[in-house]
Amino acid sequence: MSTRKNRKWLGLTALLAGLALVAGACGSDEEAVDDGLFRIAVVAPSASNDLAFTQSIVDAVHALDGVDAIDITDGTFIVDDAAAAVRGYAEDGYDLVIAHGSQYGGSLQEIAKNFPDTAFAWGTSGDTFGLDNVSAYTAASDQGGYVMGAMAAAMTSSGVVGVIGPIAVGDAKLYVDGFVNGAAAQDPGVTVNVNYIESFSDVALAAEAAEGHIANGADILTGTAQMVVGATGVAAENGAKWFGTQSNQTSLGEDMVVASQVYKWEKALQGIVNGVKNGDLGGSAHTINLENGGIVIEFNDDVDSGDARAIGEGLIADIKARMVNTGA
Amino acid sequence: MAGLLVPIGAVVAAFLVGGVMLLTLGVNPIRGYGALLDGAFGDVDALADTAIKSMPLLLVGIGICIAFRASVINIGGEGQMIAGAIVSTLVALAVPDVPRLLLVPLVLLGGVVGGAIWGAIPGALKAYSGVNEILSTIMLNIVAVQLMNFLLRDLIMDPYEKDGGRIPQTRRLSHNSDLPLLPGDTRLHIGVLVALAMAVLAWVLLWRTSLGYRLRAVGHSPAAARYAGMPVKRTIVAALTLSGAMCGLAGAILVFGSESHRFVTDGSSVGFTGSAGFNGIVTALFGGLHPLWTIPSSFFFGGLLFGANAMQRAVQVPAALIVALNGLVVVFVVSSDRMRRAVGESLGRGPDPAPHDDVEAQP
Amino acid sequence: MTDFFTMASLVFVVGSGIRLATPFLLAGLGETIGQRSGVLNLGVDGVMLLGAFGAYWTILETGRPVAGVFVGLGVGLVMGVVYGVVTVTLRAEQGVSGIGIFLFGLGMSDLLFQKKVGTPLPIRGFGDWHVPVLSRIPKVGEMFFQHSVLVYLAFLLVPLVAFLLNRTTFGLNVRAVGENPAAADSLGVSVARVRYTTILLANGLAGLAGAVLAIELGIFQQNLTNGQGFIAIALVYFGAWRPVGVMGGALLFGMVSATVLQWKTLGLVSGATSSLTAMAPAVLTIVALVVISRTVGQPAALTRPFDRGR
Repeated sequence: MSTRKNRKWLGLTALLAGLALVAGACGSDEEAVDDGLFRIAVVAPSASNDLAFTQSIVDAVHALDGVDAIDITDGTFIVDDAAAAVRGYAEDGYDLVIAHGSQYGGSLQEIAKNFPDTAFAWGTSGDTFGLDNVSAYTAASDQGGYVMGAMAAAMTSSGVVGVIGPIAVGDAKLYVDGFVNGAAAQDPGVTVNVNYIESFSDVALAAEAAEGHIANGADILTGTAQMVVGATGVAAENGAKWFGTQSNQTSLGEDMVVASQVYKWEKALQGIVNGVKNGDLGGSAHTINLENGGIVIEFNDDVDSGDARAIGEGLIADIKARMVNTGA
Repeated sequence: MAGLLVPIGAVVAAFLVGGVMLLTLGVNPIRGYGALLDGAFGDVDALADTAIKSMPLLLVGIGICIAFRASVINIGGEGQMIAGAIVSTLVALAVPDVPRLLLVPLVLLGGVVGGAIWGAIPGALKAYSGVNEILSTIMLNIVAVQLMNFLLRDLIMDPYEKDGGRIPQTRRLSHNSDLPLLPGDTRLHIGVLVALAMAVLAWVLLWRTSLGYRLRAVGHSPAAARYAGMPVKRTIVAALTLSGAMCGLAGAILVFGSESHRFVTDGSSVGFTGSAGFNGIVTALFGGLHPLWTIPSSFFFGGLLFGANAMQRAVQVPAALIVALNGLVVVFVVSSDRMRRAVGESLGRGPDPAPHDDVEAQP
Repeated sequence: MTDFFTMASLVFVVGSGIRLATPFLLAGLGETIGQRSGVLNLGVDGVMLLGAFGAYWTILETGRPVAGVFVGLGVGLVMGVVYGVVTVTLRAEQGVSGIGIFLFGLGMSDLLFQKKVGTPLPIRGFGDWHVPVLSRIPKVGEMFFQHSVLVYLAFLLVPLVAFLLNRTTFGLNVRAVGENPAAADSLGVSVARVRYTTILLANGLAGLAGAVLAIELGIFQQNLTNGQGFIAIALVYFGAWRPVGVMGGALLFGMVSATVLQWKTLGLVSGATSSLTAMAPAVLTIVALVVISRTVGQPAALTRPFDRGR
């Protein structure tokens, strides 16, 4: 390179670097402030309005008592970026940092050790790494899965039901296992086809998985995780019924969604928040289920499910009374 | 000095457009950009994190410098990073008890090897079977992601997970393989130094070795190179192999410099690489396809990307704005006259009206 | 494995393969036109995303799928103008400008989606059109004649584009400009005008491909295309710059993907192994190309900006 070019590039670089440092120095100071406010932060992998995974936690934190400020970083599916966000919140002095995503666990395990005075929560999992400032939360989604699996088996006229899952991990796996068990318990003659598409985000693949199920005769579909909207579209187009989970998915199809297993994470989070306020930063695993009201099956009254609804409601009562093993 | 104004003007123009976008979102652009810059460069920790974020961009960029100079388009950076990550992880899992002094270079070497293989394949396909490298690198990106998913869900999955939550990740990799931190009580690790060293090595390669001469000659004119008796096919393979090796090294550093010290996937390639395979191309072009100028270029883009997350937290503007801004900067700068000629010369696309002593001169 | 070798499976693989191939085909045809004139457009994926969002939002607001299609096309044309200015008038390096467009489209579509759409409600598309008479043929009818109009449109474009490139004066100019712009220029062909036109067509089709994708899926999400635009570019090389070849590549890719999907649905592969089978379309595409081993070269002037003074 000629020296003329050299100088030009050097100049450009120096100018940019200088601008950056000056602006950085002029930028707002984000020091941790101890002002008595209880602040929580959430880091999640998909959009806050995904009607599934992230939506459930966002809705939950807004339903909490005793929280003064909520900060949400969504759409961080890049694990390193999420780790940086979690660490950033801890450095900024947030009281509780929630890492909502099983992929974040490895990073959280390391970060939490460096911030012993900050409380962390991790979902969906039951593992607290033996650290006493980490709480874990998970959903017994197999319970709702069992109920809706049974309902699906009762409702299907074709005898084939399709399940679309992301990666077989965490609450997704629990849900699918429960669904399969519930269907088998209700009617062993019903075929339940399960397709894990190996991605949390590939909407097109979820849609094609749903098409596959329909082509194989399914008239009822269900699925979990944030890419599930692809599948619901296909269900709507083909007149199939849908059972939703994680959030209330009725808005995806008023005449299509039979019921949704809604996560009320606040049932678990409130306990964690109260604990933190009293000085207990964590160390235990929390599960939301039908019994403690953390899981609620919300039926869509616009869809007539006939006998299935009675079956479902009966099973809910049985599970709450611990009379049924959902077997996941 | 006039020649400097155009690319700066282009960057400023892009930021102005970004400012307008911020305004339409109801955000004060000064506050928004302030948060961005503060997040990226505001204090020592931020600078360290920006440097870490820049590392894969720099390495991929160096690889692109090598490949583009040989007129080979390598858009397989994503897959090559993953391949490097896989091989380096396998090394760490195979020999976890090797002392740190040896294991760290060993895993980095693993990354180099993995990426080199993933670059050699399209290189050989291009040279010996005439398969265009754009096709083969895109396809191999897909293969790499699925290979990663398979391994992390089966062969190298954390045994603890196999019976438990089944998170697709490895166990916590051997402590001996953790990249040593640099002094200064930040998260800055040795990977950044390695990347800087690679930039120097690449510069030496391109302008001080005969291989480098061949690479540039083939890039300038394959016909002339063949006429001069150079092994064009082997040179093309070398270009993609070296390019892949750099990307693979980046992948390895990502795994062993990460917060979690595990290899984890969410099923997608961008979840692991952060799109460094594409952003690195941009970085290299912005640095004039010169390995040393790719350094400040990568720092700039690394700052943008890292600061974006801070901006999202501060003013609630999605980080997606910065991705779009990134694209705007690229388009504006590439369109600017200065950049065009510089790159055009580097790629040997015909004579330039103004006299230039670029390709053959010693930088 | 016998579960797979049934009529139902075959019907699904072919039908789904055709459906999956459609966005690749549209984007690939556009890219072919552009590349034949010597312009490489790596930004296809970004334009697809913008077109997809445009279509989705339009249909969400107006409830009219046709409007969505036109908006997708229109967005593509706008991006085409931008790309034309950048690569033809300003003669910028094509590879990196394309990546810039890709990043812009990726970020912009995501940003607009997050800010303009509250709850992502599904949109209704065109529904399947049953071709009269033909769709009632058992099995074959299901495979070929019960698709959305958009699918038929895409496949109809194949002979149209082939005709355009091979049998019209415009096509002749396109190919001349792609092989030897200096010669074409000396014969009075406006290289700039030809390239602007091909770029508009290429990006318009990419926008349309995105719209089709969003309408078929009935939803939009961040990075909806998930790299499909890049696959479409790869298929152009696979198809040796011929529309029929691109169609073949798209169908190969689509049907192999559908086959793998059917295996998974039937439970023939599961767990980690399914990741291995998911590689199949990509590996097969490379293998097929090596086996077919075309020596048809790319348009000689591909990626070279044209400057009359040189």
